[in-house]
Amino acid sequence: MTETLSTPAAGELNAEGLLDAYRTMRTIRVFEERVHDEFATGEIPGFVHLYAGEEASATGVCSHLDARDSIASTHRGHGHCIAKGVDPVEMMAEIYGKRTGSCHGKGGSMHIADLSKGMLGANGIVGGGPPLICGTALAAKQQNNGGVGVAFFGDGASNQGTTLESLNLASVWNLPAIFVAENNGYAEATASTWSVAADNIADRAAGFGMPGVIVDGFDFFAVHEAAGEAISRAREGGGPTLIEVKFTRYFGHFEGDQQAYRADEVANARDKLDCLKRFRARVTESGQLESSALDTVDSEVAALIESAVTEAKAAPKPTGVDLETDVYVSY
Amino acid sequence: MMAAPAKAPERSATTAAPQLTIGKALNHALRAAMEADPKVLIMGEDVGKLGGVFRITDGLQKDFGEHRVLDTPLAESGIIGTAIGLAVRGFRPVCEIQFDGFVFPGFDQIVSQLAKLHFRSQGKVKVPIVVRIPFGGGIGAVEHHSESPESLFSHTAGLRLVSCSNPVDAYWMLQQAIRCDDPVLFFEPKKLYHTGSLKETVDPTASPDPLFASRVLRSGTAATLVTYGPSVRVCLDAAIAAAEEGTSLEVIDLRTLSPLDLEPVFESVRKTGRLIAVSEAPSESSLTSEIAARVQQECFYSLEAPVLRVTGFDTPYPPTKLEEYYLPDLDRVLHTVDRALTW
Repeated sequence: MTETLSTPAAGELNAEGLLDAYRTMRTIRVFEERVHDEFATGEIPGFVHLYAGEEASATGVCSHLDARDSIASTHRGHGHCIAKGVDPVEMMAEIYGKRTGSCHGKGGSMHIADLSKGMLGANGIVGGGPPLICGTALAAKQQNNGGVGVAFFGDGASNQGTTLESLNLASVWNLPAIFVAENNGYAEATASTWSVAADNIADRAAGFGMPGVIVDGFDFFAVHEAAGEAISRAREGGGPTLIEVKFTRYFGHFEGDQQAYRADEVANARDKLDCLKRFRARVTESGQLESSALDTVDSEVAALIESAVTEAKAAPKPTGVDLETDVYVSY
Repeated sequence: MMAAPAKAPERSATTAAPQLTIGKALNHALRAAMEADPKVLIMGEDVGKLGGVFRITDGLQKDFGEHRVLDTPLAESGIIGTAIGLAVRGFRPVCEIQFDGFVFPGFDQIVSQLAKLHFRSQGKVKVPIVVRIPFGGGIGAVEHHSESPESLFSHTAGLRLVSCSNPVDAYWMLQQAIRCDDPVLFFEPKKLYHTGSLKETVDPTASPDPLFASRVLRSGTAATLVTYGPSVRVCLDAAIAAAEEGTSLEVIDLRTLSPLDLEPVFESVRKTGRLIAVSEAPSESSLTSEIAARVQQECFYSLEAPVLRVTGFDTPYPPTKLEEYYLPDLDRVLHTVDRALTW
């Protein structure tokens, strides 16, 4: 049942769509590179897990989604947030723990959520998201609005009971749910080649009676096509799909990770496989976009992230009153 | 879309106020809540075709349809997580956990997700879910089927916990919990579900007491018994027995376990000077410990004796032959009252 897709044609995306996709990927990349740099200064509290290298996955999937749709994310969630439309300025403030952040400074990097954008939250619990997506997918089905739910999770979460329960639930109820297994090779320091008792996570789809697809996670177009098929099928009542996206994360599991468990793969990926480089080469060589248009996006994104950091640093901290607010709806 | 209702729901309020057990009162409450609000869904293991292993959801799928009463796979994390996703999209799911101990596979979703989404979203997201948990012992079952896990959840901010002890409360508290915008864990005294002698007249036109308030069930002067759920009956029986020997005991049903409503308890202790907290749960780091701590803080100069406790043991829940020894009973409660009175 599992199939591996070859690189498809550029598909139905027009110049505007391509430019949007590029902007999203570029925003994620610059956001994450900047968080990496700023974290090293000691000003960002707590843990951060960076998504750099994986941009094609969040972007390729979320470029098909709209206001009806919801996503659940992971501890490595910044990219999913940006791709689903969460404001990077508010996100940066949240990562700095500030009161102007997406969650009032009460979520932090690992819990950025914005339900107004259909973003159910990054999630500090590995495997915490897939069950939530069964719920929003069931809601969409009951409301008959054509909406879908997308659960992003990692290779580590692919071994969690919650994920497997959710795959089964989604299939039993024929839910409009898409499960995107982002296999970056390591759950913290443990290789997925060891921890996943199958050649591919997508192979498990057969056991749940749903299609399983493997895609090259460095290739935006491959992800976009696979996600498009799955999401269309789900919207039309065809049920869930498991998509395995394979790639490498550019940074450690968390900022500060010594990464003794892996060697040269990052340098090779950055050099030869990088999703942004490949995207730029592809769309300029095909004549779909001018290089100058992409350069303009680069400058705009750089300015956005610069201002996000400036605003985050200047923003007020939450107070003790904030701590005791919104624990309950009513008191 | 799933199947439409097989027929129009029956009206529950067309007949005279019925005499109901706790189990039937809960069933009527679910029916009333589903009639009142089309966003109310019921989901859980065997809740549909079977009507639940304790028959609390009996007949509801037949009357409201498979799209509103959903049989789920055996997957408590999946059930709770699905309910959260439904709730953030406007539904009011009522999840049935089949037995108390089965809530543990769903513990992570309750504690890590359900309890925290409102706080994490600046209060923008409401997660109005009720998780019904039949709890406590006395049915001859074993561990995982007879436990009192409430303290594990009362330690988590963002959750509300309530427990009913009689049919009238069962009927109203469950409906109030379903209308509450916060997540509510609803602890039901399973051994009393079908006890015919506890039947009460449940008048659907009556005005209920507030959900999150404790209640003095019996006034007394010598000592106060504070309890909840299945132990309420034990304490009332103890008070009746004590009265025959001339000792006047006050009995308070907590009803809300988190946040606690202890003002009526403080008031009572200021009058009686003695407090005995009774619960089937193990004693260590429990609701009864919390009550003892807060009562000594608020009523220190009123206390004539230390706050004493009658609880389950700090052991795994035992099999049948040890159950009577484990559970608080009338003798243990009266013995502890004597200790408090002769301190």
